Amino acid sequence: MPKRYVSIWFRYLLTDRSARHAPQLNKTPFVLVAPERGRMMIVAANALAQKENIDAGMVLADAKAVFPTLQYKDAKPGLEMVLLHNLAELCIRYGPVVAIDLPDGLILDATGCAHLWGGENAYLQDITNRFRRLGYYVHVAIADTIGKAWAFARFVSSGNVIDDETTMLLSLPPASLRIENSTIERLQKLGIRQIRELVNIPRPALRRRFGHLLLQRLDQALGQEQEFIQPVQPVEVFEERLPCLEPISTARGIEIALTRLLDTLCERLYKQQKGVRTAIFKCYRIDGKVEQIEIGTSRASHNAPHLFKLFELKIDTIEPALGIELFILQAPKVDDIIIPQEKLWNGTSGLLDPGIAELIDRIEGKIGPGHIHRYLPAEHHWPERSIQPATSLDDTPLIPWRTDKPRPIQLLSVPEKIAVTAPIPDYPPMQFNYKGKLHKVAKADGPERIEREWWIDKGLHRDYYVVENEQGQRYWLFRLGHYDEEDKPEWYVHGFFA
Amino acid sequence: MQANTPHIDQSIDSDKKALLAQLQRAILPLQGIRSPLQTHTVENGLGTINDAFPNGTFPLGAVHEFVSTGAESFAATSGFIAGLTSCIINNNGIVVWVSTARTAFPLAFQHFDIEPDRIIFIDLKKEKDALWVVEETLKCEHVAAVVGEIQQMDFNQSRRLQLAVEKSRVTGFIIRKDAKKITPSACVTRWQIQSLPSELPNDMPGVGFPRWQVELLKVRNGKPGAWIIEWSTGQFRLIDRELKTVSLSSTQAKERYA
Repeated sequence: MPKRYVSIWFRYLLTDRSARHAPQLNKTPFVLVAPERGRMMIVAANALAQKENIDAGMVLADAKAVFPTLQYKDAKPGLEMVLLHNLAELCIRYGPVVAIDLPDGLILDATGCAHLWGGENAYLQDITNRFRRLGYYVHVAIADTIGKAWAFARFVSSGNVIDDETTMLLSLPPASLRIENSTIERLQKLGIRQIRELVNIPRPALRRRFGHLLLQRLDQALGQEQEFIQPVQPVEVFEERLPCLEPISTARGIEIALTRLLDTLCERLYKQQKGVRTAIFKCYRIDGKVEQIEIGTSRASHNAPHLFKLFELKIDTIEPALGIELFILQAPKVDDIIIPQEKLWNGTSGLLDPGIAELIDRIEGKIGPGHIHRYLPAEHHWPERSIQPATSLDDTPLIPWRTDKPRPIQLLSVPEKIAVTAPIPDYPPMQFNYKGKLHKVAKADGPERIEREWWIDKGLHRDYYVVENEQGQRYWLFRLGHYDEEDKPEWYVHGFFA
Repeated sequence: MQANTPHIDQSIDSDKKALLAQLQRAILPLQGIRSPLQTHTVENGLGTINDAFPNGTFPLGAVHEFVSTGAESFAATSGFIAGLTSCIINNNGIVVWVSTARTAFPLAFQHFDIEPDRIIFIDLKKEKDALWVVEETLKCEHVAAVVGEIQQMDFNQSRRLQLAVEKSRVTGFIIRKDAKKITPSACVTRWQIQSLPSELPNDMPGVGFPRWQVELLKVRNGKPGAWIIEWSTGQFRLIDRELKTVSLSSTQAKERYA
């Protein structure tokens, strides 16, 4: 199959991009400027500015002298590379191989693609329209070499397929050969206005006067030398499809389809050292409806049986109706997997064990998120705030767990009020009444004063006592505020020691 | 002939004993209790309490049931379980704590030699979910121990849990909070823990190490009993004092809970 290449030229790439965010700039001459040697130089100008003879390479002050109401903005260095990369990814719909052609173009390998759009004319029209809708003014051309496509896009009217490409190229000026500006100038001085004239000059003479590049470009344009492009790698979509010959309507059938899809997807992920964070299983029914189930994992996983278990909990929610003709498994969110080094000695790897993450996924898949907690120490003395929930299984404590102060093994989330007999200031109570039962205090430790964190909330401090009643039951009591003869302070029970 | 009879009797007797012992050994694995050669033993400081268990070691890979009667006994129970768990998890194991109304305070577990960040708390609303989660975690061999606060559990459910651990070798602790509704269960042991007054040396003032009256109400293929145990300096310590109410309370309890 003969090669076909498309060259896309973004004539006002940077200004079009600015105008996309501020459409009013399309109606007025507008330039982008960048400082160079202490002066503001114009780096890009839009169509209206170019009509006023303001173009890139001018000093901004000069341009403002010509056209005082000229709009201008600072140019971001390196923006065109990012822009072209994004546009190239957009162009992958037109052909699998797309390359960036700095500073303002793209090259597409369109071999065998155009017929899908109904011919090359329609193909070029579709590309032009798509970019026009996005706000980019483009010139496109198609030819059998990259050099020709590049030349036609810039020097021949856009969007038309040229019948006799070589003749057309030969009639173009030497500037269409992608050569240095100095060479173009010298060729002009010599009176060479068309490529045709260049071709007739003996090659050794050309090489001696203009260097190797001119000859190489000429050969590339004429198709006598091959040219290679560096394609943009598209973001890989982790998606697997399984079309069925017969519609499937049984749970067993769905399970088989899911297993098969998971196996192929996980093999791909395994090769790239990636794992699923979220996965969607879509079932396309023959009546046109789409049933889907979704799972999430707490840590990236490419373990097919585990992912299957997560899906298994939800398979019975799929309504197959008359049957399912197409299954699609997508992994919209994937993460890199760190494969832990296997240990030689016998022992578990604790929280890093993938089995733990899988267990948590299974539980979350069944009962929903928000039920599983793990705690890390927090830098607070206030008991309720002394622990903080961990965000992931990989979190490790930043500060050591404290053991210097007694803390009860059971802590009431809300302290319960009790009536006490506490005759001596700052002594533990002699007895207290909790849940209608009188407890005589036999042993006690304390007080441990915990001040309220005034920058978080207001209120009185707590004086904590560890007390043991005559039966040996141990409580954590506190008095809210100072001891006071008249104004009896409130006492609470906050926890139970083992 | 007649002179030989006692000798024959004796030999029959010893044969019988050997046979019984052999049968006993054969039955134990069938009931889900493995010999200590198959599973690693635990150095737990329980001392003579170990004699109460089959094979003379604390049964790992089994479900233990704890009966608690109130908030205070619940605290004592969780303390005792925390002590047992810290012996089980060696250096890097993971504990899962399942409950429907959790009051357990993670910070305190450091006092029982368990780093609180190695406990995964699963808080659920429904009792049914809690049972499912306990069963699911007991099936997962990557977990060292599972503690479940469960109120209602019928025999079939406890059987399911026991079957799960027999495969995965995870140790399960089930705390039955509401002691009035204790039903027969397939768990290997049933315990009741009550707080006892702590003691400090030389009658020093203040609260000492946690001390409990530990009653083993039921143990399959073992001997139930009651002991006084203290948790001090990172291990259990058996208090040698003879417990007066042992036989009485444990038999009473047996009648009540069997």
